[in-house]
Amino acid sequence: MIPELGHFALALAVALATAQAVIPIWGAQGRDPRLMGAAPALALGQLIALAASYGALVWSAVTDDFTVLNIVENSNTLKPLIYKITGTWGNHEGSILLWCLILALCGGAVATFGRNLPSALRARVIGVLGFVSAGFLMYALTESNPFLRVWPPPLDGQDMNPLLQDPGLAIHPPVLYAGYVGFAIPFAFAIAALLEGRVDAAWGRWVRPWTLASWCMLTGGIALGSWWAYYELGWGGYWFWDPVENASLLPWLTGTALLHSAIVVEKREALKTWTILLAIGTFSLSLSGTFLVRSGILNSVHSFANDPARGVFILGLLALVIGGSLLLFAFRAPVLSPSGLFAPISREGALVLNNIFLCSIAAVVLTGTTYPLFADLLFGVKISVGPPYFQSTVLPLAAPVFLAMTVAPLLPWKRARLGPALVRLWWAALAALVVGVIAALGLRRGLPALAFAASAWLIVGAFAELVERTRLFRVSLRTSLSRLAGQPLSVWGSSIAHAGMGVTIAGIAGMSLAVSTIVAVKPGTTVKLAGYDFTLESLHNETGPNYNSRVADIAVSRDGKVLLTMHPSRRAFTTQTTTVTDAAIHTNGLADIYTVLGEERDGEAVLRLHYNPLAPWIWLGALVMAVGGSLSLADRRLRVGAPAKRSLAVPA
Amino acid sequence: MTGSSPVMTICAVLFLALAPAAHAVSNPSELMADPKQEARAEAIGHQLRCLVCQNESVEESEADLARDLRKIIRSRVLTGDSNEEIIAWMTARYGDFVRLRPPFNTLTAALWGAPVIALLVGGGAVVLARRRRNPAPTPLSDEERRRLADLLKS
Amino acid sequence: MIDRTIKRRLVLLSPLAIAAAGGVGFWAMLGRMRDGTFDPRGVPSMLIGKKLPEFSLPGQPPGAGFSSADVLAAGRPVLINFFASWCVPCVIEAPLLMRLHAANTPIWGIAYKDKPDATAAFLKRTGDPYARIARDEPGRVAIDFGVYGVPESYLVDRTGIVRWRWAGPLSEDVVAQQLDPLLRKFA
Repeated sequence: MIPELGHFALALAVALATAQAVIPIWGAQGRDPRLMGAAPALALGQLIALAASYGALVWSAVTDDFTVLNIVENSNTLKPLIYKITGTWGNHEGSILLWCLILALCGGAVATFGRNLPSALRARVIGVLGFVSAGFLMYALTESNPFLRVWPPPLDGQDMNPLLQDPGLAIHPPVLYAGYVGFAIPFAFAIAALLEGRVDAAWGRWVRPWTLASWCMLTGGIALGSWWAYYELGWGGYWFWDPVENASLLPWLTGTALLHSAIVVEKREALKTWTILLAIGTFSLSLSGTFLVRSGILNSVHSFANDPARGVFILGLLALVIGGSLLLFAFRAPVLSPSGLFAPISREGALVLNNIFLCSIAAVVLTGTTYPLFADLLFGVKISVGPPYFQSTVLPLAAPVFLAMTVAPLLPWKRARLGPALVRLWWAALAALVVGVIAALGLRRGLPALAFAASAWLIVGAFAELVERTRLFRVSLRTSLSRLAGQPLSVWGSSIAHAGMGVTIAGIAGMSLAVSTIVAVKPGTTVKLAGYDFTLESLHNETGPNYNSRVADIAVSRDGKVLLTMHPSRRAFTTQTTTVTDAAIHTNGLADIYTVLGEERDGEAVLRLHYNPLAPWIWLGALVMAVGGSLSLADRRLRVGAPAKRSLAVPA
Repeated sequence: MTGSSPVMTICAVLFLALAPAAHAVSNPSELMADPKQEARAEAIGHQLRCLVCQNESVEESEADLARDLRKIIRSRVLTGDSNEEIIAWMTARYGDFVRLRPPFNTLTAALWGAPVIALLVGGGAVVLARRRRNPAPTPLSDEERRRLADLLKS
Repeated sequence: MIDRTIKRRLVLLSPLAIAAAGGVGFWAMLGRMRDGTFDPRGVPSMLIGKKLPEFSLPGQPPGAGFSSADVLAAGRPVLINFFASWCVPCVIEAPLLMRLHAANTPIWGIAYKDKPDATAAFLKRTGDPYARIARDEPGRVAIDFGVYGVPESYLVDRTGIVRWRWAGPLSEDVVAQQLDPLLRKFA
């Protein structure tokens, strides 16, 4: 019964989404206030229907309803409750439904929080969101329906891939999808602007909070995925330039460019065309990523069940959405009023440079990911593009961005001179030099030393703007502090976010210095690594809800004092008969100790021990970036930057 | 490393310098006695794609084939083969697909040139946009120049 | 002036052009994936058109194995089939191999990373379509062939040149459309 209701709710959502696509835009084109006013109600209606539908799926999973094919294929009575719930998005059909749910949430959010928008703009934005929703919901209903039934129901389900039964699974997909899908809102704003023929400072201000929110979620989602791979997959790596990883990085790169470009539109009404194109491009990359992952074209360990038939539908949908929006862009972009002028050396100029480099990095990652496919298609030649390529090409392009990140916020708008800005950063340069030299001498390796220097430059220099605004050391300390308190949150936000990037770079540099060892030892043996003593005390068996595991107890000590005991294990799952290694990780904030239990033979157990300096900083940095973004989001000016209430009555 | 140009060597060094050390849970008896040789073998292994788990390198994969290939790499490092020779040996059997670092040839020129091409296109777009916005003034005709001279004199 | 507008139009249309090119490419890829002519996961064989690698392998008791010289000495095209008792698709492929054997196609099998008892049991269960059997327990000869999974089949002509390779279990379609014509061509 409940699955049928869920199915019905899904169909209802399709209908509402279609209405949401058509009615408000028609109203906006014809300036009919009633039709435009229907937009929020339709968006919220779609959201409620879809929430009900997803709820029905979760209910089916929790109650072990094996008449639902999706639950049979992915769940099992022995699966822990948390994974029954969160496993609904661990398979293709469920994840598409989650995707649609988040898109509906976006529409609902614009309906609820976008009350200060002019009604025509809001109607168009909700309309575009409805259009995309309708397309994907149609896909979910026809080709990818999670509510398909099976009769008679089997006694038990096939269980989910054990690798996915993990807390990381609970958070990574929703956060990541919130980022991916969230960029639909700036996309909708861009289409609305093109339809209206106007991009102005107000538009820039309205688009920014939605872009920021999506960017924060995407940053978090990518970091969570990387962290999850680190602790779950057991080989200590955290980024493989896997096609699916690249598919998430691409919208992040252009999304970052969009974020900064929108600032220029807001402050100076410049870079309009570029910002519109970035908004369209970022969401297009999100969509293309979704397509590539599910179509079977991408050769990836992340890929869901591959089915070329699924791919055709999504490809058609993409052609409509991306092709349509780019066509609209080509014809309407010239209508946008000419942009403000600025000198090449100015904050706008620096942001243009930022755009160029970020988009170039995105272009390189896109090329590397799709080149093997096209080489095979066009020339029948099979090549491989792996981490060596990406690291050789992306790092040289990223370095100028890191250098400029601290300088740009210090440049005034319209026209600036580099000299004064650089002079104000002398202490950041000094910090970088000191750190770099110490690292070079201590590590005797050039590239990590350079990376540490860049990290110091970023972290110290990120606060240059704050120092400047509070006139630190140039006026009394008390005045500085009171000025500091009065600084708008967005200044704090950008400083912290830029510093976060520096933290991540330090983490990556630290990880490159990681040391590890593989040994086969009997219980009672001690192994030395990085100044610590690892003693394998014992091996024992444990049982979990749907697995049996073999656990090693390793005592970690330093100078004779036992600091902690770690328990890496190997889990054999009963239903899917796979074995998963569960690494034991201990962190003290500055380094990770990472232990893995391998196979046992002749009383000896294979242990792999890693010491990863600064590894936690990789994800800590991402968290700091997201915090910075959230601070900017909390800035009142962003939320209050609308025309006064009384002018809302006039249709825009 | 494909020893064609110094640029390639720098790129290779870049990769090796910042690559995290990632391994499959292999048997410690696989490791070579000499740590320097082991490091070289690992570096080579990181450049080869495991053909079974195609998203891991030979060094990281737990597949049987990867283990065999790791053994072969180490035995060849022991006999003194150079990196290029070992990679060429692998490529002779499995094709360019096994190389995580694509070779540089006419087919992959656009791939390796992508950073430069992207920057040029981006920069070009900006230059074009600026030129469109600030067109150079048309030069003065002789008549206009005489008028200008007259005006300036008075 | 008109020239300028057209130039601007072209520049603005370029993102669409690039996206469209990509889209057409992906559409072609999807179509060819359904036909089977495009396989993002497949690894092409480097041996096609080349002489088969030199090897000499022990046999499955009580028989003797064979070497590359033996393949050449056969004087007719030989289908070398890498298989294993632990390989599930090999079981699926077995009946088809029996049929080919009955139709007088010489199939020489190489047991990959398998113990003799296990291979014997497998052959008893699924039938023995092999004119000759060799064993590659270490798997090194397979690597020389460029094998990356089992089953894999290689068609070697009478002069010892590898003409065709199929990775994965053979199917009726593959045999009818690809193997049979080649067998006739190089007979």
